[in-house]
This record gives sequence, structure tokens and C-alpha cells, in this order.
Amino acid sequence: MELNSQVAMGSDEARANRDAHLRALAEVAAAAEHAAAGGGERARERHLSRGKMLPRERVATLLDAGSPFLEIGATAAHGMYDDAAPCAGVVAGIGRVMGRDVMVLCNDATVKGGTYYPMTVKKHLRAQEIAAECHLPCIYLVDSGGANLPQQDEVFPDRDHFGRIFYNQAQMSARGIAQIAVVMGSCTAGGAYVPAMSDVTIIVKEQGTIFLAGPPLVKAATGEVVTAEELGGGDVHTRLSGVADYLAEDDAHALALARRAVGSLGPAPDVGRDWATPEPPAYDPEEILSVVPAALSTPYDIREVIARLVDGSRFDEFKARFGDTLVTGFAHVHGCPVGIVANNGVLFSEAAQKGAHFVELCSQRRIPLVFLQNITGFMVGRKYETEGIARHGAKMVTAVATTSVPKVTMLVGGSFGAGNYGMAGRAYQPRFLWTWPNSRISVMGGAQAAGVLAQVRRAGIEKAGGSWSAEEEAAFRRPTEEMFERQSHPLYASARLWDDGVIDPRRSRDVLGLSLRAALNAPVEETRFGVFRM
Amino acid sequence: MIRKLLIANRGEIACRIIRTARGMGLSTVAVYSDADSGALHVEMADEAVHLGGSAPAESYLDGARVIAAALETGAEAVHPGYGFLSENPDFVQDVETAGLIFVGPPASAIRQMGLKDAAKDLMSKAGVPVVPGYHGADQDADRLAEEAARIGYPVLVKAVAGGGGKGMRLVERAGEFADALASAQAEAQGAFGNPSVLIEKYIEQPRHIEVQVFGDRHGNAVHLFERDCSLQRRHQKVIEEAPAPGMTAQVRAAMGEAAVRAARSIGYVGAGTVEFIVDGADGLRPDGFWFMEMNTRLQVEHPVTEAVTGIDLVEWQVRVASGEPLPMSQEEIPLQGHAFEARLYAEDVPAGFLPATGRLEHLRFSDLARNDSGVREGDEISPWYDPMIAKVITQGPSRSVALARLSRALEQTEVGGTVTNIAFLEALSRHAGFARGDVDTGLIGRDLADLVREDTPSVEIVARAALAAAGLDGDRDAFFGFSLWQPPSRRVELRRGEEAYSVVMEVVDGARVDLRVEGVHLPCRRRSSGWLIGERREPGPARLLDGAVVVFAGQPWAFDLPDPLERGGSATQAGNVVEAPMPGVVRRVLVQAGQAVAEGDRLAVLEAMKMEHGLAAARSGVVAEVLVAEGAQVAAHDPLIRLVPEDAE
Repeated sequence: MELNSQVAMGSDEARANRDAHLRALAEVAAAAEHAAAGGGERARERHLSRGKMLPRERVATLLDAGSPFLEIGATAAHGMYDDAAPCAGVVAGIGRVMGRDVMVLCNDATVKGGTYYPMTVKKHLRAQEIAAECHLPCIYLVDSGGANLPQQDEVFPDRDHFGRIFYNQAQMSARGIAQIAVVMGSCTAGGAYVPAMSDVTIIVKEQGTIFLAGPPLVKAATGEVVTAEELGGGDVHTRLSGVADYLAEDDAHALALARRAVGSLGPAPDVGRDWATPEPPAYDPEEILSVVPAALSTPYDIREVIARLVDGSRFDEFKARFGDTLVTGFAHVHGCPVGIVANNGVLFSEAAQKGAHFVELCSQRRIPLVFLQNITGFMVGRKYETEGIARHGAKMVTAVATTSVPKVTMLVGGSFGAGNYGMAGRAYQPRFLWTWPNSRISVMGGAQAAGVLAQVRRAGIEKAGGSWSAEEEAAFRRPTEEMFERQSHPLYASARLWDDGVIDPRRSRDVLGLSLRAALNAPVEETRFGVFRM
Repeated sequence: MIRKLLIANRGEIACRIIRTARGMGLSTVAVYSDADSGALHVEMADEAVHLGGSAPAESYLDGARVIAAALETGAEAVHPGYGFLSENPDFVQDVETAGLIFVGPPASAIRQMGLKDAAKDLMSKAGVPVVPGYHGADQDADRLAEEAARIGYPVLVKAVAGGGGKGMRLVERAGEFADALASAQAEAQGAFGNPSVLIEKYIEQPRHIEVQVFGDRHGNAVHLFERDCSLQRRHQKVIEEAPAPGMTAQVRAAMGEAAVRAARSIGYVGAGTVEFIVDGADGLRPDGFWFMEMNTRLQVEHPVTEAVTGIDLVEWQVRVASGEPLPMSQEEIPLQGHAFEARLYAEDVPAGFLPATGRLEHLRFSDLARNDSGVREGDEISPWYDPMIAKVITQGPSRSVALARLSRALEQTEVGGTVTNIAFLEALSRHAGFARGDVDTGLIGRDLADLVREDTPSVEIVARAALAAAGLDGDRDAFFGFSLWQPPSRRVELRRGEEAYSVVMEVVDGARVDLRVEGVHLPCRRRSSGWLIGERREPGPARLLDGAVVVFAGQPWAFDLPDPLERGGSATQAGNVVEAPMPGVVRRVLVQAGQAVAEGDRLAVLEAMKMEHGLAAARSGVVAEVLVAEGAQVAAHDPLIRLVPEDAE
């Protein structure tokens, strides 16, 4: 059952693969570093001069020393809004406080005063969604001026806009998922409801403020002249209004109080109690960069990746001889039993049936699923349509959509077309979706899309009696190809939170382990599948 | 032969005696006070008898109770250890009257040595040299000059009624005597109204060298060579050694013979120590030592003698008390190598060596030393008794090896939970003069400032403390330190006295931590053998104690960990202004401006909802202002009285 790698590690090809991956990785690392720096040197200095900790220091101080931090959307809003909102102005992720996994959301006031851009809202809601699905207590480290006014139409009115934050807080609180707010700066207008809607709220003295309207708006509305501290400072809110519960001296004190609040939540679920003893893979995860081809078009055996992800490189492959373009089987990741569904070529009817079968199997046994996506789509052509590949594909999509076991998806290559659906793409609500720097995502390949458009165009021209030269066609195809190339890039995707982040492939195993640990913090429900089209 | 031995003592010496007794096949009975009910010596003994209260007078000094305990338990003999009842001749008599064996000398010997002046006369008669001097009534100047010449220069002329150095003159040569005498007498007359003086031999570089003696009931007496106890602070021995540096066979023989003579002259039985003052100014001489006193018990520092002779002195004590003759003749007693003993105390050295107390939250001894201790990790150093933690004893084939081992052993000794004198002992063990063997009783006093100097910790020590403070020494799972990209950075705050350290910490992964200490970047790696800090091995292990972390690097470097939760907070913010808790009428105002109030004092009475509500001061302070008059109608949260802290202007 131990997988046997067939790749020669020292080959030129392996070295070339590694170089290409490292280049792609460096681009993502630079983007992540840029995002982590927030709103630039001057804004950081101004922030520090007020005696405030920078957002990432706040997060680190809140967490247990050495706690893992599984950051969500580390490059959100990358390249958007003229790059005005690095990291979408909010740090989010899962870490440990007093030994318990929690979701931390921390506004970055150095980014436009921590105001909410559309991607800020989307990231906040995504973090809440993860918290709700994984039963993770939420800790909001608030330092935000509220909605970004120039973007109000994209952040305020719709269902998944600003108001949803408070709806989620109420829903989670109702489900017993603790909501704790630490007001460490402004908390204005709609933002005021974050602490107000929390179960427990801490506010920093002479630093945190909570009000529905700030002093300028109050003066404009009623003529009343009042300082921010008098209007909604920590003293007012802990002594008079009752909007906040604890008054902290400074950031460090506030974060210590938040830690204590988490400590009083009672015992945490004992995730991993019945897992196997963790064991490193027999093959070094470092080798992933060498075994995975640089070009998506080069086929390779996905077992080479699996061998570098799972405990002891042991893989109990299920139905190995049937529908072999989809690899399915059981393994352990950091001791956690998982069912792996991985692409090894185009999906055919048999592969789709096998996938549906395997998902049913894992659902019955309540084993979480890991999807390794590298899929160009379902096979096309008359033979396949007539044998009902759409019907078989639907079986797999139904199984993936309706299973109750946690799913974690990792884009290790292409994610194109309906293959994305069957392999638990974003729309299928995997608990987490991570991507590799070499991955690409779009409805189809850029060349195929340009080809389809060109065919339609040529047909139109020729029907009208005209002619279309090869040069003209190439010029026509180029913008489409370029657009697809740009939009399918993982940083483009991650900027828009189509996923939870681009990761270093070598850390996939740890990312999977942490994702599974978080996902299994919530009990696994009984699965009720939909109607399978037989 | 004694079969059951009661040890009328506590602490390290009780434990040490029990150890030997047990090795000899004896049953042991411990005694204890209230404070010692869980002490190590109680645990080690076969039986233990409670004596009484924690105060020594109610327990370890209560001879009748001790004897009763021996009789109750069927013990045949009582070992007094040192201190407490060990040199009390009445107790010895009572023990013997009760039909028990006292492991020690006869009461008569204790009595004879108990009166110091009489003892000196006695010794002088027995031919043991005593410090020459003249204490006569004849104050004739010529007579005094003659006496000075007899004593030998240099001499000290001292006012009989003197004190504080008044009327005291050091006279180096005969030619200076007359003038010095005249001025001393004049000063004595002026200061005390009495011009009488005495003359003493002046010892320029006094050393304290003592000889271990042993006698038996058969008239035998031997000595087990000398110990040098010159390293003293205010007459408290700090480090002792055997043999004495610079000792020659000739001087050793002379001192040994004198000591044996002293013991024989009083019919001494058991272990005793004859203390001499020795002139160390110009090497040791057979005529340069003088009897000071005899300690009629086992000494604290006896282990250094055990180390160089290989003899268990407690075993000899028990055998002699049982009536056996001395196991060896003088010629058979070996002397090999060198040994040191350092006395480790719970002491606040910077505060002037004040005895300290505390719970020993952490205690580890070095394998390089014999560590005689009566406490364990978790034990309390109580204010009732001497705050000794241990005697650290090292030996070696030569003095330099034994001393190097002492330094190292002290470095490796880890005590957490109380302040100790380890740093002082270690500094002393590295003192250049001491290393050369240039010891005298003034050494510590002269160099005290250097010996107790507070060093500043190196960045590596601060780094090590920060790693422990952050909890990075503990167990970790596979995800320890995981981050997707940039490792998060945080601060670890440490405090050492007035000094605050803010260490910036990035946990890179499960084994690597990046620190920035006072501007110095220190990459740290965790190994199974400890941390690698920068490129060097950690300066020492660290222990996280209650609210503090201690790095054991040569000396214990203690850092306080400020608890951010112990900061002001919501409760203390209230209390400046006393407000109306609800709408109502102020019925009475009970204070006026300027009046001091204590927490809980009633300040005013508010009538609301048909009830009277007393308004109390949330904290002590002074009434700055009364903001309402009696009878006033107030709204909820209206301020009524404003307080200021007492120390406010």
C-alpha cells in the first residue's frame, strides 16, 4: 500500500519543474508580504505612535505562543482598488487561544482606516462562514471606520454585504458559537454593531470608540459638539451605556482579557482523539516541486503528489482498475483518516461513477474528503454524450454537493469547466479551498474559449460572403487568450476570494491537517443524498 | 552497640546523620516541629516524633521533650547534630540520667570549653598556645612597655573600657610605644573616663584554621587534620576547605599536636574542633597559631574533612558513643586531595545578606558535588530556622581542580522560588586571591563590592528567558509555529528590577524562533539538548515559575513576567465619582469637602422608590467636592460626590 515514486529526483526535468514552481511561489510570497505590510510605512508609524499594536502583532499576541495560524485570504484584494486595500484591510485566520481553535478577524486600520471595501466584506463573511461551519469561536479585533463610503453600493445593500456580518453574529451566537469583540480603535456606524452584537466585548481605554455616528456627523446633524471619547469611549461604554463589558488599559491588556474570555468558554472539542498516530510521509513533501510538471498540459501521475501528502505515503487505493482517470482511496493526514479523490486525467463516465461511489462510501463512514483538483473537464464527443456522461457526471456532482462530511479541496493544477463542480469547487462549499501557485481556474482553457469565439466569428463573416485571414483570426483570438490567462491566475482568483488562499505546495500536508482539524471541530452530520440520476 | 538513634535536630544535618545511621543498620527516629511536619528528615527517618510548635524553644530546644521522645520510641542514643541542644551540658546530663547515650562529649568537657576566657587559661596551662596579651591591673608605663615587648610587635593597645575603636592604637615598633600609649590613654580618659588599657598581639593577616579532633572512652585522641575557614563574612563562614592553603607538614604536626593536647586536657570524647587564629602574613609558622575556642560538636563544615580523609565522621561518632575505641591511630589516618564546601543560603545578598524565605519551586543540584541538603523541590524555606538550602561540597586531586569543580557545581545548581547567595558564592569561588590561596578573614569584607556586584544579563540570557516565558520549552505538536507566509511577530515583556526588556519574537516553525533582544537579532534553534541561541549553546536551562522565569546561567537570573491582566482594569476606573444609581432625592450628605474617607464609608443617602440607599466610597480617598445639596432631586448617573486619591495634591 505504500506508494512507490517513479520520478528521478536528480533529472533535468525535475530541476526545471522545481525552478518553475519556485518562480511562481516567489510571486505569491511577494504578494503575501506586500499584503502583510498593510497600508504602508507612514500609516504604520502613525498607528504605532498612538501606542497601538499593528494588526498582525495583535493577532500573534492574542494567540498562544507558537500557535499555528491558518490565514484565510492572505492575498485578498491583491491588485484591486488600485492596490489600496492590501489583504483587503483585514487579517483573518484560525489559530489557538488557550489551546482552543478560534477564528480571528482583525481590522487593519493602516489600510484606509480599516474601512470595508467589497472584498473586505467578502473576506469577513467568508471567515464567519468557516467559523459557523467549523463551530469556531470568533474573536473580532475591531479597528475600523465602517463601510468605505465611495464603495457603498458594493458593500451595503445586498444580501452578502455589510449587514450579513451582524446577521451571522446573531446566528452563530444562537448556535452557541462564542462571539467576542475587542474594540481597539474606531468602531463606527454599522461597525458599532460588531461589539454590540458580540457575547462579550472588551474596549481599550482612550483608544477604542463605538458610536453610530462620529463627532463630525453629530455636529452636522444636531450641532452638538462632543469629543470621540465623550461620545463613545471605553469609559462611557463600560460605565454608562453597557455596550462594552471590560475596560482595558491598552492593547496587551485587552488581548489578555480576550484570552481569558476564551478560557472561560469551557472545554474545547477534543479533535483528533481517535485519530491514528501521525507519521511523516515516506517521501519528502519538498519533492512536490520536482515531481509536478511545470506546464499544466504535461500529464503526470497524481499518486506522486499523494505520496508526499499522506502519513507514511500509505494509500489504500479504491477501485484502482476502474475509471482510472480518477484516483480514489483512503489514507491519513497527520493521523486524520481521509478519503482522497484526485484527478489523473479527463473525467469519463466510469470515473464519475467511481467518484460518486467513493463519496458515498466516505459519507457512510463519516470520513472527511480531500479533493486534489487537476481537471480539464469531462470528456466531450458524440460517443460520450450518448452514453450519458452528463448523467454520470451528475451522479458525482450530486454526491459531492449533498454529502455532509467535511470536504477540503486543493487546486494542484487546472480547474476547468464542469470538472470543477464534480471535484468540489467553490460552489460546492468545501470547508476550505486552497490553491497552488501553478494552478489555473476558468470555465475552459483560454485557447479553447478563443477558438469557440473565433469559430462563431468566422461563420458569421463567411456567411456574409467575406473572408477572414489567419492573421486576422490570430489577432481576434489574442485578447481572449490574454484575458483568460490573466483571470485564471491563482493570485487573480485569490484576490477575489474564489478560494481561501494560495499556498506553498510543500506545506500542503500541514494545510490539510489544520483544515481537517478545524473542520472536525464541528460534529459530522448524517448525510442525506439527493436523487441520483441512474 | 546502639541499635536505634534519635536525631535531635532538623534540616541537612538531621538528614546527613540519618543517612549514615541507616547505612550502619541503625533504626532512626526523627523529631520535628509544626513547621517541619512534612520535612525531608521526617520522611527519611524510620519513625518521627512531633515535639511542638515551630519556634525552636517549643520544639528543638525542648530537651525534656526530646528525651521523652527517645524513651517513647525506645531509642538508645541521642545525636544532637549541631546547634540547638548540641552544646548544652545540662541536656547531656539529662540524657545520661535518663539512661540514654549522648553522641558527643561528656557534659564536663562542654562546660570547660563553654566559658571562653576560662577555656583560654585552661589551654594555656595545658601548653596550647593562646593569643598573647596583657590584661593586668598594673598600668605603669614601663610595665606596659615590657609586656608589649614580651608579646612581640606589632601589638594593639586598647582601652579596657573601649569600644568603637576609641582609645585603640596599633603599635608597629618598640620606639613608637610610649607615644602611642600616651595618646591611647588620653583618648580613653576623654571618652570613657578611664585611662586603663590592655595589650594584645596584633595579627596582621588573621586566618581561621581549625583542627578536627576525635577522642574515645579509652583515653585515645587523634586529629583529622585542619580546615581553613578564613572566608567569612561578619564571622559567618562562607566557604571552607581542607587542607589549609600553604600548610606545611611541620605546621600541621604542631597544630595537630596542640589540638590533641587540648582535647586530652579535658578528657574529650567524640568529635570536636579546636579553632585557632593564625598569622597568615608571612606564611604559616609552627609558632604562628593561637587557640581561640573549642567547638564540642560536629561542625557544619565536617564534610571537607570527610572528603580528604575518606572517613565518615558520623560513623565514628556513633561507634565511639557505643564504646568502641577509635578505628584508626594517628598514623593510619590518610590525607588525600583537596575539598571545598560552600554554604548555600536563601539570602538576599544585595539587601545586605538578609535571610530570605520562599517556596523552592525548583531545585536541582550538580552531579559534580556532594550536596548535603535538608530540603526538596516544593519545600518551604520558613522564617523559623536558619535559611540554609544546602552545603555544596567538591573535592579533587588538587586544590585547583576541587575549586574549579566548586565553581562549576555552583553554576549548575538551580534554585528557583527564593533569592539565594549562589551568585556571591560563585563570584567568591572565582576570586583571584582565593584561587592563589591568599586567604584571610578580611578577604570578603575588602572585596565585598565586587563579590556582590549585580551583573547585567547578556542578550543570550534575556533571549533564553524570553523563550521560556513564551512557553516554548514545552511539548509541541506537528503544527507548532505553522504560518502560511510571514511568521507572526509578537513581544515578550520581561522585567528585572528596574530594567524592562521587550523581546520581539517570531516563531518560524517547530524548531526555529527568531528573537530581537535590545536590537540584536538572535536566531534560535531548539535541539534535544536545549536551545542554540545565535551560534552558541544556551547559557543555561530556564525554568518557568509562578510569574517569573529563572535562567540558570552561572547564577540564577530571575525575570518577572508582568501579567497584563494585573493592570488597572474596569473596576479601578470607577470610584472617582459617586453617582446616583437611580433617580431619587438626596436625603443626607454625610461628608464634606476635604474629608478623608475609607473604602466602604457611607457618603450620602439617596431616597428612591420608597427605599433609602446608602452610597459608599468605592475606594479610599479624600472628598474633593460635594456636588449636590441635601434634598436635591437627582437623575440616574448624576454625579453626587467627587473623590481624589489621598496622595493627590
